[in-house]
Amino acid sequence: MEPFGIALTTLALFVSFGFMVGVLFGFFGMGGSFLVTPALLVMGYPARVAVGSGMAFVFGTAVIATLKHHDLGQVDYKLGALMIAGTTAGIEIGSLFVYRLEELGLASGVIGVTYVGLLGAIGLFVTRNALKNDGSDGSGGGHHEAADEEIDPDAIPDIAKKIQSYRVPPMMTIAGGIQVSLWMVLGVAFVTGLLSGFLGVGGGFIRMPAMFYLIGVPVPVAVGTDLFEIVFSGGFGAFTYGLNGGVDLSIVAPLLAGSALGARIGSAATNIVNEDDIKIYFGLMLLGGSVAVAFQQAGDYFAVELFNTVGFALILLSAFMVSGAVIYSTITTMRKRSSAAATSVD
Amino acid sequence: MIDLAAYSSAVQAAALVGAVLLEAIALYVGYGALERVATPVVERIKHA
Repeated sequence: MEPFGIALTTLALFVSFGFMVGVLFGFFGMGGSFLVTPALLVMGYPARVAVGSGMAFVFGTAVIATLKHHDLGQVDYKLGALMIAGTTAGIEIGSLFVYRLEELGLASGVIGVTYVGLLGAIGLFVTRNALKNDGSDGSGGGHHEAADEEIDPDAIPDIAKKIQSYRVPPMMTIAGGIQVSLWMVLGVAFVTGLLSGFLGVGGGFIRMPAMFYLIGVPVPVAVGTDLFEIVFSGGFGAFTYGLNGGVDLSIVAPLLAGSALGARIGSAATNIVNEDDIKIYFGLMLLGGSVAVAFQQAGDYFAVELFNTVGFALILLSAFMVSGAVIYSTITTMRKRSSAAATSVD
Repeated sequence: MIDLAAYSSAVQAAALVGAVLLEAIALYVGYGALERVATPVVERIKHA
């Protein structure tokens, strides 16, 4: 039996893989192309189809996750629109650096080392920071920061407070009632776009922590706003690859059927799981990713296929473990809440 | 002269993106409806 023109086992694999990626995507606002494109390449799809279908999948999953975050009041559309403007300019400049490096014959090495270094550095920074805070602020339960809710000043990182202190007009109010200079927002968006364009990646792993640590946006709103931005970048990417026949709907449709459920669960989990736990999982995911990408870069550089396979297996393993941890953490938090509610009724 | 081949590939690409968007919205609404139906049933089973 071959529904959608693919074998039933492949279909089941796509749906379950889509579910796992959806959980991560809804929870962190990153990880789509990080996981799907390498998986499709390993399955033997041509690079054009793997990248194009991956983009279309990321677009569809971002739509679903953004709708869920919108329902929870966790999307700042004004900030999202400004981030899109700043990021687009940054990507253009970032890609110019890549062309220059290509002329010098240094592109692959420099980009590979920067990518691994950045993944590892952000992963370490976020994990260390979250472990340091864990339990110290007494916010043991979940968090409910909607875009229009006032944020606790103690929850704003010091770097963000410094950036917010530069009151260069025009000033604007963003998520959590934060006042920040429009130029600072555009500056942060530009730098994240620059890195994204330079590395040739979607950049969710740079944007989400940048919105939290540099601007001071609450984590769930940073995730929701990042996903809103991915709707546009993913849609544009899917259209571009679609022009050259790079989007295969028989791949995208089953992946999306799985990720739609996963993204709903992942997005809803940001409203349940403790904010520091989100950061720890995010950091661990990036650390696992940096080791995996290091293997893949080494595999490309030394032309050793085994390194590429090990790299891909590591990405899958860390994604599987982190998405499992997210679901486990959500269930235990909900159980704790329901038993606490039952005790208070008694 | 309008390049009809380029025009038709742009229309096809836009249709593909539109199809993915429609599937995403349909799945979001579908799973939402399923959640609304399933939640009270699960609650009833838990408290039975």
